Amino acid sequence: MTAPKSPRVVVIGAGPAGLRAVEVLARAGLRPVLVDEASRPGGQIYRQPPAGAERPPEALYGLEAGKARALHALPAELGAAIDYRPGTLAWAIEDTGIDLLGPKGFERLDFDRLILATGAMDRVLPFPGWTLPGVFTLGAAQIALKAQGMAIGARVALVGAGPLLPLIVHQYRKAGATVVAALDVTPFGAKVAALPGLLNEPVTLAKGLWYTARNAMAGLSIRSGVAAVAVQGRDRVEALVWRDAKGREHRVACDAVGASFGLRSEAQLADLAKLDFVFEPVTRQWIPRRDPAGRSSRADVYLAGDGAGIGGADAAELQGARAALALLEDIGRPVEAARVAALDARLARQARFRAALERAYPFPAHLVDAIADDEILCRCEGITAGTVRAAARDREAGEMNRLKALTRLGMGRCQGRVCGQAAAEVLARALDRDVATVGRLRGNPPVKPIPIREALT
Amino acid sequence: MSERLDCDVTVVGGGVAGLAAAVALRQSGLSVTVLEKRLCGAGASGVNFGGVRQQGRELVELPLAARSRKLWDGLNAFLGEDVEFEATGHIKLARSEADLAELERYAAAAAEWGLELTMLGPNAVRDALPWLGEKVVGASLSPTDGQANPRVVGPAYARLARRLGVDIREMTPVVAATRSGTDRFTVEAAGLTVTSRHLVNTAGAGGGLLAAAFGEAAPVTPLNPNMLVTEPLPYFVERSIGVVGGDVYVRQIRRGNVIFGGGSGWHDAEKGLARPVTEQSIGGMLRTLQLVPGLTHAQVIRSWSGVDGQMPDHIPVIGPSSTTPGLVHAFGFSGHGFQLGPAVGVILSELVLAGRTESPIAPFRIERFAGHAGAAPAAGPVHVEH
Repeated sequence: MTAPKSPRVVVIGAGPAGLRAVEVLARAGLRPVLVDEASRPGGQIYRQPPAGAERPPEALYGLEAGKARALHALPAELGAAIDYRPGTLAWAIEDTGIDLLGPKGFERLDFDRLILATGAMDRVLPFPGWTLPGVFTLGAAQIALKAQGMAIGARVALVGAGPLLPLIVHQYRKAGATVVAALDVTPFGAKVAALPGLLNEPVTLAKGLWYTARNAMAGLSIRSGVAAVAVQGRDRVEALVWRDAKGREHRVACDAVGASFGLRSEAQLADLAKLDFVFEPVTRQWIPRRDPAGRSSRADVYLAGDGAGIGGADAAELQGARAALALLEDIGRPVEAARVAALDARLARQARFRAALERAYPFPAHLVDAIADDEILCRCEGITAGTVRAAARDREAGEMNRLKALTRLGMGRCQGRVCGQAAAEVLARALDRDVATVGRLRGNPPVKPIPIREALT
Repeated sequence: MSERLDCDVTVVGGGVAGLAAAVALRQSGLSVTVLEKRLCGAGASGVNFGGVRQQGRELVELPLAARSRKLWDGLNAFLGEDVEFEATGHIKLARSEADLAELERYAAAAAEWGLELTMLGPNAVRDALPWLGEKVVGASLSPTDGQANPRVVGPAYARLARRLGVDIREMTPVVAATRSGTDRFTVEAAGLTVTSRHLVNTAGAGGGLLAAAFGEAAPVTPLNPNMLVTEPLPYFVERSIGVVGGDVYVRQIRRGNVIFGGGSGWHDAEKGLARPVTEQSIGGMLRTLQLVPGLTHAQVIRSWSGVDGQMPDHIPVIGPSSTTPGLVHAFGFSGHGFQLGPAVGVILSELVLAGRTESPIAPFRIERFAGHAGAAPAAGPVHVEH
């Protein structure tokens, strides 16, 4: 009798979730393929500098340096037990085939089982001046530090609506940049109310408080409940003007602004895999449906990490391992019940912590209400909020794809990855409907731009 | 409880042809209900290449295309919004001597039908379009043809129809249609029953099924275009481009994006989902680069597909039912209905109002499929040309 052939398992994404997934799969002897767009492992949260420009993890990842180091080392540790494909974009999925663009050009990779660990990006909301040179997302500001060893400016103002804010303020200070303002557009009261839930992950909470305390000792307190922000400048950022919770206006001179408002899942590949999506009302976004173990609506596809709902890096590591165990279970490989139970317990605690965290940083609806008609929503195509509102009012744009067809919003290089959620919020308000009812932009390949000349090779 | 409506005309299918019929009928004073299974103009009318082309059509289609072409000139004014129609000309390229001979034969035949084409030899075509690739050995130019934005035409017709008082019901798929002895149609849709004196079948790929409900099945197979678009580039592809054989077509919009297509995508009728197919997309990229090498450094940012209805002889069904008085059909445009839509709508309204039209529609009669048992035949070689 011959041994049954091992199924071809592919994991997309070498962030915390994807790396922990391939670790579990490799140790079970499956030799998974690990596809990653970046040239080095770590994902966005533990993004590495290019070879030759390394800095100590402590300088890059602060209190999480140990986790980053362990994850970065995994592909080399696993060696030939995995088939690691860095620098490779997965740009389409057709049934059980993945279209890759790697160092050798286009390639079709077939799978028996697939784990999507595609991560997240910043959620962008427009505000006056947001398209001026010198305005970055918080994620981009962080990546500039981690990958290029650069700050986005010398005098930096940072604006956020999530737990990333205290961390990045700390990282920027440590890097020697002057942080001239740190503004949280969500109310302070929400954080106090969320405290009991945050105690589900006391260590993580302590780290957040530690960053906050260190920032405060350096004379930099995060201002909560910020009512409005606007960037001023002629050709680039010159100042940030903001209104506090009491309605007082402040102006601070700066040469760069980092601003984003929570995270959004990168779920385009899940869409191309034809997975079912659900609307997640707390973070107000459509995410691929998964069960607590990471099973999707499709028997051969699993989901792990922030690509299917925001949970953070620690949860992503657990989810990656858990999805891999679910996969092993489903193909009839032995799985230790105690290990599964322990992971499930930790994931449940993470879920309670995340729910509290979302309460601590609620969606800043007041910023959406304040978007003026002449503000650009879709910067690829230069489509303003006023155009969206007019399409809702005069042209029967009742959902996102019709809005796109009528206005070109979301038709540019980013295909709505940046503007899609903000546009859905503006459209829903213009129609006086819940944001879930305007749907989401339909996915089509390629997930990111691909060079036409690759067809020649 | 199911809602009930009564009107003069029920139109099944809110694409350009159906909506143009609804507009014309309403303007003649009839009450009209349009039932659209998804959103108006989101089917074949909205996902096609956007070619507004007479050249290359089956000769019997040319009178209809000529009639439609006149309507395109005034469409912005008629609809009250810009549908981005531009008479850029359509140039059909030969990539071999055999292709060139075929173009010459077609140009001679089309002239008999009133379509004037200009033949360009290898030097003339390169003088006219110096950026063309080496494979091109000649071309035929139709200067009056052009292009428009398919995504906005259907919705613009729908808004005009609504302004005129047409009752448009979107997300309303038809589940059954019958005609009672008292010369009234009853159309059942989700949560809605419509009765009317006339029924217009502009149901696209679903047109064959609706016809079958009246005992005249027509063999429609789904046809899925495979379309791609680049990021915006400086404007230089001034003409809409096709080729002999139809395996690739290219145009550039004023915004700068180059739209190209060829081959067939994929479609899941049950989920109502259509997608491009990678192998076809890569083939389209390759053939496009051979025609327009200047696109070598362009990035493809998006692709799409959709569902059209294809007839075995690649021309649509247009005309009165052979079994049922009061029923008229226009479906199965086989990948080239966008240009025809405005005129077909008017022709349908003439058929409803007067029982006749001046346009020569005999070649499109449904009787040509008489004896068809109802099952669609295996799809033959697909010839899509937009």
